[in-house]
Amino acid sequence: MTPFLTLLRRDITLALREGGAIGTALGFYLIVIALLPLGLGPDLNLLSRIAPGLLWIALLLSALLSLGRMFETDHEDGSLELLAIGGPPLEMVAAAKALAHWLTTGIPLALLAPLLGILLNLDISAYGVLILTMLVGTPAISFLGAIGAALTLRARRGGLLLALLILPLYVPTLIYGIQAISSAMLAGQSFWPPFLILSALSLGSLVLGPLASAAALRIQLQ
Amino acid sequence: MRLTADNLKIRRGNRLVIDELSFAAVSGEALLLTGPNGAGKTTLLRAIAGFLPLESGNIALDGGDLEHEIGEQAHYVGHANGIKSSLTAGENLEFWGAYLDAAASRAARRDRVLDALERLKLASLEDIPAAYLSAGQKRRLGLGRLLVADRPLWLLDEPTVSLDAASVALLAGIVKEHLAGGGLVLAATHIPLGLSDARELRLGQMEAAR
Repeated sequence: MTPFLTLLRRDITLALREGGAIGTALGFYLIVIALLPLGLGPDLNLLSRIAPGLLWIALLLSALLSLGRMFETDHEDGSLELLAIGGPPLEMVAAAKALAHWLTTGIPLALLAPLLGILLNLDISAYGVLILTMLVGTPAISFLGAIGAALTLRARRGGLLLALLILPLYVPTLIYGIQAISSAMLAGQSFWPPFLILSALSLGSLVLGPLASAAALRIQLQ
Repeated sequence: MRLTADNLKIRRGNRLVIDELSFAAVSGEALLLTGPNGAGKTTLLRAIAGFLPLESGNIALDGGDLEHEIGEQAHYVGHANGIKSSLTAGENLEFWGAYLDAAASRAARRDRVLDALERLKLASLEDIPAAYLSAGQKRRLGLGRLLVADRPLWLLDEPTVSLDAASVALLAGIVKEHLAGGGLVLAATHIPLGLSDARELRLGQMEAAR
């Protein structure tokens, strides 16, 4: 087994055993979406019109909760510096950790979204598209988020700083993710252009995220 | 194999911690870094491992693998143990064995892990989550990394912290074995590790080191 898969498997095992990060993200997502109809009132047309946007924004914020821990636990117990000099390049370490974050946070959130769509009276034709766009869009959240997690690694209480650094980078994903769902719900609009741009953003982040976060980690380890 | 440092200058913050330090060590030799707190022992080890940039000077490992950085040919044992508390003692060592030595077969790695646990007197704790180990047991588990993957250069930063006398002797035995196999050890320590022929590099008094 390659070091990449070894590290990936360890991180997934840790996430499942400790459970806190996944539970927090899913719980937060559920609470936010469950409260929204109560705050906005029982206007079903309004809810279904804004449902894609609400689902995406709440998903971003939920994922943000667990991002800060991506490198932090490894830094605290000394594993990170051992991973860094162990042989495999630091870019690979960052990629494995970001991928583990996507598998244990991004995918569960994307799969929870359609359930929460019921609470917002999401149009029935949009469910398939919703899952698809979220599965395609969430890698960008984990891989771009890794950059912020690496940059704020040694900042005490770096949560706010992380959000300020990373949320602007999420704007394109947010816009095209919502656009893709909305255009699938409306007649006469093509689903493909926003969806393909969303895919491109995720693919770009797969490259940019590990490179940039490894560069940040090198500075943090000094 | 020969580790040479030439006119090292290393700066931490605004302070020049290591100033014009030169030394050399060859295979089979242990170099003990001693000196008062803040003398730069950890700084020097971290610079050799490649974490810290050198302000000037040069560190070279002659006879090592030219394709790899010095850090990749070294085991670094720092203040933290690199132990995951929700993995069991065995899983922790298995992870490091697989990560650091991906070329070895699964069975060979498993043998090394069992052997390491046996030697460090942790065999009965193999299936216990590391969270339940005592500080000394965690330290020994961290040192187990030295045994599950081969690295010619060992950089040990206060390896005896929280170890009892029997464990220190155990560590000394492991270090001696590594030296006898042609390894090279740099250890920052206040305890002589029972290495009678180890050379001492005193930091914090630059005149003495020259």
